Amino acid sequence: MRTSFRVGAVAMAAAAALLMSGCSSPAAGGDTSAPVSLSYWAWAPNLDKVVDVWNKAHPEIQVTVQKQDGGDPAITKLLTAIKAGSGAPDLIQAEYQKIPTLVAADALADISGTVGSDVKSAFTDGVWNSVTLGGDALYALPQDTGPMMFYYRADVFEKLGLTVPTTWDEYAADARAIHAANPADYLGTFSSSDAGWFTGMAQQAGASWWGIDGDAWSVNVDKTPTQKVAAYWGGLVEEGVIDNKPMYTPAWNAGLNTGTQVGWLSAVWAPGVLAGNAADTAGLWKAAPMPQWDASAPATGNWGGSSTGVTTQSTHTKEAVKFATWLNTDPAAVAALVSTANIYPADAAAAQSALTTAPAFFSNQPDFYKVAADVAKTVSPFTYGPNVNVAYSAYNDEFAKAADAKTKSAFLAAVTNMQKITTDDLTKSGFTVK
Amino acid sequence: MLAPGIVLFLAFMAAPIVYTLFLSLQKKQVKGLGLGSGGRTTAFAGLENYIGSLTNADFGASVGRVLLYGLVLIPLMLGLALLFALLLDSRRTRAAGFSRTAIFLPFAVPAVISSLLWGFLYLPAVSPFYWVFDRLGWDVAGVLDSSTVLFAIANIALWGGVGFNMIVMYTSLKAVPTDIYEAAKLDGCTEVQVAWRIKIPIIAPSIVMTALFSMVATLQVFAEPTTLRPLTNSLSTSWSPLMLVYRDAFTRDDIYSAAATSIIIAVVTFAFSFLFLRVVQKRAFGQED
Repeated sequence: MRTSFRVGAVAMAAAAALLMSGCSSPAAGGDTSAPVSLSYWAWAPNLDKVVDVWNKAHPEIQVTVQKQDGGDPAITKLLTAIKAGSGAPDLIQAEYQKIPTLVAADALADISGTVGSDVKSAFTDGVWNSVTLGGDALYALPQDTGPMMFYYRADVFEKLGLTVPTTWDEYAADARAIHAANPADYLGTFSSSDAGWFTGMAQQAGASWWGIDGDAWSVNVDKTPTQKVAAYWGGLVEEGVIDNKPMYTPAWNAGLNTGTQVGWLSAVWAPGVLAGNAADTAGLWKAAPMPQWDASAPATGNWGGSSTGVTTQSTHTKEAVKFATWLNTDPAAVAALVSTANIYPADAAAAQSALTTAPAFFSNQPDFYKVAADVAKTVSPFTYGPNVNVAYSAYNDEFAKAADAKTKSAFLAAVTNMQKITTDDLTKSGFTVK
Repeated sequence: MLAPGIVLFLAFMAAPIVYTLFLSLQKKQVKGLGLGSGGRTTAFAGLENYIGSLTNADFGASVGRVLLYGLVLIPLMLGLALLFALLLDSRRTRAAGFSRTAIFLPFAVPAVISSLLWGFLYLPAVSPFYWVFDRLGWDVAGVLDSSTVLFAIANIALWGGVGFNMIVMYTSLKAVPTDIYEAAKLDGCTEVQVAWRIKIPIIAPSIVMTALFSMVATLQVFAEPTTLRPLTNSLSTSWSPLMLVYRDAFTRDDIYSAAATSIIIAVVTFAFSFLFLRVVQKRAFGQED
């Protein structure tokens, strides 16, 4: 009892001191109320350093980053806090595919009335669509995107006399050549652990797995674009020229570093992963646009990318929105996101100056961000549904079986099963599914 | 005097069980697109979730897998534990203190850590074992392949389990009065005969207890397959019953059917343990009645 009284007294004194400094500071703009403190659950590395910049300039709104383990655990925690009725932060870093799930659980506040009308113009329509879900509401502000690119070992390609693939047919030919030159080497692997990766490739092929039709959802996994992608990869795995082991395992990390993984279909954030996992190969990799299904209409998908949302439990929505707007559109903040947190901002125009120097790992490719900027313009539209979590876990299970079976027919069966599991889950919850 | 115990039991055992029962009888009900506040409500589901769990092929398959896993693991684990306990208790054993610690030590390693360590050893690309096999020119298949992954998981559990069960059995061996052994010796018994005819029957109650604990632990296997899952295509998110519960509750956000599955697992485990005790009680505890 006595201790808590003393802590309380100290806190009051501190608050009073802050209040007084707030009064005397011109930055507070005559706001005489006590400083607002906001909590922010985020997992992007070094995001707290970007937030420090804000805290220094805005004594009246102090933001504390509570570091999370990653995208999935943070969302699980938030959903639990929402269910419990308390314990949620003011702000949350949410991946785009999680937004419908969060909105369905009533975890994200509609901030369309609070955000300035000029904010929309900072982002591309595709990105804006994923934070509005195509309606009038606004559930988050875009932070970063992950347009997919093709990364390859330029030295190996040169040694084998291969050209950089511009179509998927060329990619398959290169995969065969690389595996033939050394049976231990693969141009890539089909990973059953990375649903977001496969989603990005289906998106490139023109898939959009969910759709809204009036008051009903539709599930469109088992349609031509996704079947085409699954058949392509199933064929290569069956042929044995593409590896079938998951990514992000110690074995895969070692493969990148020792050179048995000669390429990686990844996203714009890949340099950070490669620098961490394959330090010995610095300066040997190059980035190129994704191989295409139709070379005359270049397209790509997104793998990753996240937004800043305000939770429904926040009592300081206005301040939270003010901070989120600054973080994702202010040129200084966005430049810090690039240089300190190493992410590719959704508001790329604001980060122009920071995006001129290639990442250190790609010092051999000075035009890295020019390639990335061109690719980012070609992202195909994609709608996420209210049960992405179910579809993704179905992907993990069904494609693990398919990768294990190593047959094209198993890959196609996996697509059909994903469709069934995703649809059944919606129907079971009482959604109208068309 | 019992008040603190009762309060703790009510708060941390009874209340969660009652709440789980309550959840298991509900389901979520969506209106329209299910977006925004009021888009989702809960409704009474009756036994729907239970029927769903019991008819779920994934659940049946996961139970089948852990039963097989138990058949592989438990006899081997308890057999080794008993063998080591008897060896340590035999008078001719040297360096008993060191051996005891060495056998017990793996139990002190948390399952997640040991699974990570074994994960490295199982992956051909990073495993020192495979490096040696490679040098010897042997072509050894990956142990994380679907045909052998069950043994790979059992192996991880074996190391920790042998140590723990060995200590339990060894402790009860130490409680046996030594004059019994002297009498047996005078009658001309060999060490093996002493072990087989005196020691094992006397510690039978501890063997039964360790068997019961092992069975319950087997039905609840979770940490090892969950940790190994990202490394291989051969472990699904519903490999064991508890993984299925975890997936439904936290990945699929369907806490209601997860609650129903949990209740079913709890009831089956309870019935299983009760039945097992009923069957072996007479033999093991007969002399105490």
